[in-house]
Amino acid sequence: MNSVIWQLVQIVLVVATAPLVTGYVRWVKARLQGRRGPAPWQPYRDLYRLLQKEAIVAHSASWIFRTAPYVTFASVWLAAAMVPTFTTNMFLAPAADLIALVALLAVGRFWTALAGMDVGTAFGGLGASREMLIASLAEPAMLMVSFSLSLVSGTTAPAQIVAFVLSGNVGIEVSLGLAMAALVMVAIAENGRIPIDNPATHLELTMVHEAMVLEYSGRHLAMIEVAAMVRLTLFIALIGCLFAPWGMAQPGGGPVGIMVGMGAFVAKSFVLATALAWFETAIAKMRVFRYADFLGGALLLGLLATIFLYVSEAV
Amino acid sequence: MLQQFSYDLAHLIGATVLMAGFGMLYQRRIFAVLNTFAFQAFALAAAAAWQAHVQHAPHLYATAAIALVFKALLVPFALHWLVERLGIHRTVETALSIGWTMIVGVALVALSILLVLPVTAKAAALTRESLALAMSVVLLGMLMMITRRNAVTQVVGFMALENGLILAAVSAKGMPLVVEISIAFSVLVAMTLFGIFFFRIRERFDTLDLHYLETYRGDRS
Repeated sequence: MNSVIWQLVQIVLVVATAPLVTGYVRWVKARLQGRRGPAPWQPYRDLYRLLQKEAIVAHSASWIFRTAPYVTFASVWLAAAMVPTFTTNMFLAPAADLIALVALLAVGRFWTALAGMDVGTAFGGLGASREMLIASLAEPAMLMVSFSLSLVSGTTAPAQIVAFVLSGNVGIEVSLGLAMAALVMVAIAENGRIPIDNPATHLELTMVHEAMVLEYSGRHLAMIEVAAMVRLTLFIALIGCLFAPWGMAQPGGGPVGIMVGMGAFVAKSFVLATALAWFETAIAKMRVFRYADFLGGALLLGLLATIFLYVSEAV
Repeated sequence: MLQQFSYDLAHLIGATVLMAGFGMLYQRRIFAVLNTFAFQAFALAAAAAWQAHVQHAPHLYATAAIALVFKALLVPFALHWLVERLGIHRTVETALSIGWTMIVGVALVALSILLVLPVTAKAAALTRESLALAMSVVLLGMLMMITRRNAVTQVVGFMALENGLILAAVSAKGMPLVVEISIAFSVLVAMTLFGIFFFRIRERFDTLDLHYLETYRGDRS
């Protein structure tokens, strides 16, 4: 019974906090760049404004264009609901699986790309093709990370990986460090952050994600924006859950465990979001032709993580 | 428990040295390559110091100090100075694309692991893994020397190779200090020679791209 309640809390939590996380990253970035920046809760106001506005749909748009925002948002939301944030005692935890997670994210991305091409503008197609390029490179890297994690812990379910790490079976493992580096690189690419894509840009030559959603307005745009915010929160939660699960409540932890888990989740998100803002300020955007090197690097890190696992097995 | 920890930490530092080797392969610009090399030498010094602590071998602290002073500080600074003097701080020309270089690098790591583990079946676990890592670093240094056209980056590849040798030396028990000092000084002498050669090559051919030397060597007519 408790697991259903915590699952519902989690479902609401990820959507409710996602705009705050994004707003916080923007705020820290603005501060680091010497601007005052909008308040961290500005995204809530933006979303409210977008929901009030009328949705304009192009004449050439088909039903795909109108459906895509909802499908994208639903798939990302479901994926975010499966990643344990403050407790592993959740109704969906047995179904949550890193490979299922990759697939759900792929569904969302596929629909966004379809919608980008649906209207028939040049930018939509360009953005879609770039997004698919990034996805085709990022997905193998993400799968490689899940393989090396499953080799360490014997499972691909995040909840069981958390339980395994918390039980103290893992020392300082080189493979885990490499896998974490690979996952961070994938997360940067998937969320369209600098150096892969600039989330704040509207310069035609460099934009990827923004180019696909250029035609959207009103509530459709609000859905797309929320989906992007939830995806960022999802990856922050995923990195925190897989590589720093300390403090997360286990089944039978009681209300104290839940409180500790909440506090740990807030602290982890805070640290990771600050690190992201700092990293984005410190680094320049990469040329499109170098994406393959960057994400190939992530794939190779995942591969090396697996190789090192075999070494420590053999010794 | 403590032994497991010391083993894990040695493994981690060794892997850091190896990752720095990959970082060098990934970089395109000369200054970035030099900075990564300095980082690798720094990690090497840490590895030597940790081995000194674990093996209770005080002379390894001297090795760590040599690595820190010469390889992490002196050589990178000298190369920085050289690059600025020669005015070649542009994009590094690679003979092979970065992606392929990285793939070959991973293949070399797998090769060295496959090679070292069966050969050293009787040695202690710590030594075996460090040897596998050190061998990978050596091979990556060679790969760097092969794939780069610029003389400066080839020298950095040579130094990285040397880093791998020292990593192997500190992980094997009972290596006398004489050998290490001689290695360190030979590196320094090599550095000086390379520096002189850079100037000579550039004076002669107006470039440090070794591609142009091939016509004189008789590879191309």
